[in-house]
Amino acid sequence: MTALPANSILSRHRWNAGELVWLVCALGCFFTFPEYLALGTAVLVMVLLVLSYDLLLGFSGVLSLGHAVYFGLGAFTAGWLSLAGWKDPVLDALLAAAASGLAAALLGPFLLRLTGLPLLMVTLALCVLVFEAAHLATPITGGDDGLSGVQFAPVLGLFDWGLGGRTSYLYSLAWLTLVYVLLKRVVASPFGVILQGIRENPKRMRLMGNRVLPHLTISYSIGGALAGLAGALFTEANAFVGLGVLSLETSIDVLVMLVLGGVGTLSGALIGAPVYMVLKHFASQWSPFYWMLVIGPLLIAVVLFGRGGLLGSARTIVARWRRAQP
Amino acid sequence: MSQTPALEARGLSKKFGALHVTRDVSLTLAAGARTALIGPNGAGKTTLINLLTGVLRADAGELRLLGEDLTRTDSALRTRKGLVRTFQISSLFTPLSVFENIFVAVAQAAGRAFSIWRPAARERQLLERTEALVVQLKLQADMHRAVGEIAYGRQRLVEIAIALALDPKVLLLDEPAAGIPSTELDLLHSAMHGLPEDIAVLMIEHDMHMVRSFASQVAVLVDGSLLMCGEPRAVMSHPQVQAVYLGTSGQQRFERRLAHA
Repeated sequence: MTALPANSILSRHRWNAGELVWLVCALGCFFTFPEYLALGTAVLVMVLLVLSYDLLLGFSGVLSLGHAVYFGLGAFTAGWLSLAGWKDPVLDALLAAAASGLAAALLGPFLLRLTGLPLLMVTLALCVLVFEAAHLATPITGGDDGLSGVQFAPVLGLFDWGLGGRTSYLYSLAWLTLVYVLLKRVVASPFGVILQGIRENPKRMRLMGNRVLPHLTISYSIGGALAGLAGALFTEANAFVGLGVLSLETSIDVLVMLVLGGVGTLSGALIGAPVYMVLKHFASQWSPFYWMLVIGPLLIAVVLFGRGGLLGSARTIVARWRRAQP
Repeated sequence: MSQTPALEARGLSKKFGALHVTRDVSLTLAAGARTALIGPNGAGKTTLINLLTGVLRADAGELRLLGEDLTRTDSALRTRKGLVRTFQISSLFTPLSVFENIFVAVAQAAGRAFSIWRPAARERQLLERTEALVVQLKLQADMHRAVGEIAYGRQRLVEIAIALALDPKVLLLDEPAAGIPSTELDLLHSAMHGLPEDIAVLMIEHDMHMVRSFASQVAVLVDGSLLMCGEPRAVMSHPQVQAVYLGTSGQQRFERRLAHA
């Protein structure tokens, strides 16, 4: 048996140096930027959400604008659980993930018969409908006021939430690492490899004996569950849930961050979300109204000139530079 | 013959609007059959394959694989039951490597499609089966290149490797030799001759050399109906078949020339 090349999609479960460096940096930020831990937590939650979306768009070819539905459902589920007296953060996060995963599993078989533009339109409509429904259901969602007073017990009974965001940062980073390991295994498994076959050529996959819809539904459910987990982390870190988590803008942001970082690589999410969030943070300090002027050109440049997002562009540049060396 | 035929299609019909592309086609492949399906352009050969594999739904007719009624099943189930096809124009996963393309088929056929935790790189049996197919079709040189980047003729061989990976009972080959350079045709030939004896094969093919060397039976499709089916020499020399291929005047010229020769 000859060895597989390092870049084979069959060996994606292996860690590369970049991923480890990223994790070390994420941990390092905890010590070097204590004043930015709230932003850091928001970034980590968003990385998790973008990762869950990469499983759909990047590995299954499911282009959806409905991802905020599962993020929002997870966020509200964690909120409801806390208000009902279930205050353990880990348990609530798992239950929120289960709720979103279940919702995705129920909707998946209907949505995933569609592809491309029709799927995009239907999921867009779904996202808007759910948002408006939540807006009207004031007794349940709090309407425009959201759910406030959402408190959680210390993590594992040890780490209190009120320490300047230190608990929520490390707690989110721990979840993120866990999910990243999980996703690496999933995409490198025979299931994940076949999923990429479906992404490339579903018709061919059917004529290899795969029914396609069950595969896509499982992938969609995992993506939904992880989005729900991200939602729960959002609620736990902010001690608040607003309707914003369900908005179409959230879905679009996720798509933009993934495209910016690089689709279908997992590591693209690690780059796209932080770059977008940090740029947005500082650009909106510079100008609360025109911050998109900074993100916009960057996105255009990446889409026009860089194949595979910032990560892909970086790889291309490195490859060119290496070829230029004697 | 008491043995159940490998594939039995009865009365298959298909219309696209007013166009009657398949007219009441009945076709039987015995276990181990080597049948060539020939016919002029537009005769409905590929449509027939699409009907057999469930890519298209037949308006009428029934289909049995090893005696089991598959008329109402979808293409995925038919493939899992062993009714496997290749495509006239390569249909592969272009950014994936040759090895990965074949691996997808191997994993699917081995029933590991839902194995979600164990990394593919540790699935020894699947990897070995994949590599054996790579070696069988002599694709080693390209095995880790994206399939979209390799020569078209080599892509055709990947198609064959995928078909073999799917453990076919009945193999439908839609012009397997099209696009394979003549230097690599013997790879296809040896793959064909290396097929297990009991697999039934139906091959659409225009190359008469290929038909003669491979087929023990030839079926002729004209305007959507099966004109005849029989032993190659008898079919090829049948006046009706020659009329279809050469036209009546062409046939007369052909005979005159034969007489003068």
